[in-house]
Amino acid sequence: MIEFFNTYLIVLIALLLCVIMCILRVVFGPTIPDRVVGIDTINTIVIISMVIFGAAYEEVIYIDVAIVYALLSFVSTLFIAKYLEGGEF
Amino acid sequence: MIFDIIIYIFLGIGVFFNVLAGVGLLRFPDVYTRLHAGTKCTTFGSIFLIGSVILIGLKMWWEGNVNGSVLSIHSIFALIAILLTNPVGAHAIARAAHRSGVMPAKAVVDDLKDKQVKKIIRKKTSIKNIVDEEAGGK
Repeated sequence: MIEFFNTYLIVLIALLLCVIMCILRVVFGPTIPDRVVGIDTINTIVIISMVIFGAAYEEVIYIDVAIVYALLSFVSTLFIAKYLEGGEF
Repeated sequence: MIFDIIIYIFLGIGVFFNVLAGVGLLRFPDVYTRLHAGTKCTTFGSIFLIGSVILIGLKMWWEGNVNGSVLSIHSIFALIAILLTNPVGAHAIARAAHRSGVMPAKAVVDDLKDKQVKKIIRKKTSIKNIVDEEAGGK
């Protein structure tokens, strides 16, 4: 934990910058699929940062939360895409 | 020692590609290229970042800490979840964007739309021919 702790914090700050860029795209996106793309990217980056938090603090439960978050965000993305198509459920 | 160097190199590659995904998401001109940047770069970067976590779990397990093996196995499951769900979500978003009428920037020809329109026209004419034949037969 101790030898890699600072490295993981630097990685997390870089991922935070990436999330801020995605939030800018979500706010200023001209069309609705642009915002959906931004939200999908934010979901992936949040999953990665949860795994890195789990490695930095040696807590396995964070990684379990990341697995469940990945599956739920996949379902929500599919629902938003289906809604944009105007299809029937 | 060489294990630590491999872990640092993996972390560097992963962070580089994730930041590249953010920059591409800001700079590209339309939905499809943004999807290209935002999905593929994060998938490739997450392979390397979670790979470094797997390696550090194996290193902890090698040094006698039992938590390390649990850490690396759960990280492998998270990586499998990302690898399975990310391309499917990207494909669904791209199909939804095309069907909701968003065109690529500076696009002139839309081959997919022409093909769908031709298919619809062919179906309608074939139905009309069948109806005419039946009416003529009677």
